[in-house]
Amino acid sequence: MAESELTTMEITRRTVIETGTTALLLTTLPRAALAAGPSDDSGPPPPPATVELQINGRSHVLTLDPRTTLLDALREHLALTGSKKGCDHGQCGACTVLIEGRRINSCLTLAVMHDGQSITTIEGLAEGDNLHPLQAAFVEHDGFQCGYCTSGQICSAAGMLAESQQGMPSYVTEDLTHPTAELTDAEIRERMSGNICRCAAYPNIVAAIKQAAGMPT
Amino acid sequence: MKAFSYQRADSTAHAAAAAAKPGAKIIAGGTNLLDLMKLQVETPSQLIDINRLPLDKIEETPEGGLRVGALVRNSDLAADPRVRQRYGVLSRALLAGASAQLRNKATTSGNLLQRTRCYYFYDVTKPCNKRNPGSGCAALAGFNRIHAILGSSDHCIATHPSDMAVAMRALDAKVETVNGEGEARVIPIAEFHRLPGKTPEIETSLKSGEIITAVTLPPPPPGVQVYRKVRDRASYAFALVSVAAIIDSTRGRIRSARLAFGGLALKPWRAPEAEEKLADGSANTTTFNAAADAVLDGARGFGGNDFKIPLTRRTLHSVLAETTRT
Repeated sequence: MAESELTTMEITRRTVIETGTTALLLTTLPRAALAAGPSDDSGPPPPPATVELQINGRSHVLTLDPRTTLLDALREHLALTGSKKGCDHGQCGACTVLIEGRRINSCLTLAVMHDGQSITTIEGLAEGDNLHPLQAAFVEHDGFQCGYCTSGQICSAAGMLAESQQGMPSYVTEDLTHPTAELTDAEIRERMSGNICRCAAYPNIVAAIKQAAGMPT
Repeated sequence: MKAFSYQRADSTAHAAAAAAKPGAKIIAGGTNLLDLMKLQVETPSQLIDINRLPLDKIEETPEGGLRVGALVRNSDLAADPRVRQRYGVLSRALLAGASAQLRNKATTSGNLLQRTRCYYFYDVTKPCNKRNPGSGCAALAGFNRIHAILGSSDHCIATHPSDMAVAMRALDAKVETVNGEGEARVIPIAEFHRLPGKTPEIETSLKSGEIITAVTLPPPPPGVQVYRKVRDRASYAFALVSVAAIIDSTRGRIRSARLAFGGLALKPWRAPEAEEKLADGSANTTTFNAAADAVLDGARGFGGNDFKIPLTRRTLHSVLAETTRT
């Protein structure tokens, strides 16, 4: 079912409780203030573009300034604020989401480039009240301190485990001709190097990923 | 970000014709272009999105090589079983670059066309002959730790940041292009990237409206393939020095060698004189030193990057020792 941007921007009481005061604050700001990304140019805005995104199994039709990154579309237009803006330059990984199952930096791609594509964000990993195994493992192993990088870490780990299962190699894979690489600590660290944790919770992040992958921790 | 109009290309010919217009820019993976657009280093008035074009295949060539479509993602190219079996140096180089998220997006053609990571090129408040021709080069007397020691000029001392292109240089890859009139051209990778000279703003031999359709890899040459990358941290960092080496040797005798270097110049740096010193040579320190001398002939540091000269020598020694240890 396609729904309009207006409908998806309606903030329910439950959403406010779940996402905290940030979402509430956003509803009180003028529209221009929300569009922090595209609005740093004094020239006239370009003609808007319409895009349909399949996000976490639901269709959303958005009319956007074409400069809107996928991250800004998620956060500012759909109130999906789980994906975080850390550096906004593809260096930190906090904005990691899955497009057609593959992890990417949502800050370095435009929403209009993904018309019709399927996007999974941190909000789409759990099934109802049942946490995704990676979410549960991050909780159990204290895979975070401040938590700002966590949604990116978890989405990235989900993509990483899929890549590993598909036999994709990494820089530290000793034998490239071997179709599958064992997921050692060194492999996990290399494959997760696009996600920076300023609190340096790395040992616990590795442990959480190993648990979610069904490996001894 | 400056305002632009967005257009999705429905054919390669359409993309090439649209790209010939002033202010138009092709977007593929976008991981470098959008970054630069946010900083207003790049300010296209029109973006032509080629992501839906059917340029994402890796095919065998009749000669026994591979033809890699322009839109093959860096992660897919690195993971392709044929690349892993026959072009290990390319797979390794790709995996040494960026992060998994970026490699999932970045394309073969975009990787070749990525811009330098020189701090002053990125900082629009600073002079940069590449970004703003004639404004000067702030790196010459500035922080130049990551800058070029080979092939630079008084106008620009930036380096090319790609790992992939260094491996392709060692493999003698060819870049296939097409223009808006449908004319195809093949550019040897040796002639694709340009040294700065007096026109550092001209980075490749691509003409206006000419777009990359594929990169062809000739059949793999004999020998052990290695990509060694030296950087400030173990992962997710650009090369200070990198070496793509293909060394054919047996029992301490080198038959042939190919060497390409990253992090040293504004293009992937092939060292034919060093390769000649190694060919038919004994695998020992004297030979390795002669090869390093040949690579570093004319090398020039600018203060912050002086360390790259001995680092290149040591890295080459290590790679040659590793690849001839049989």
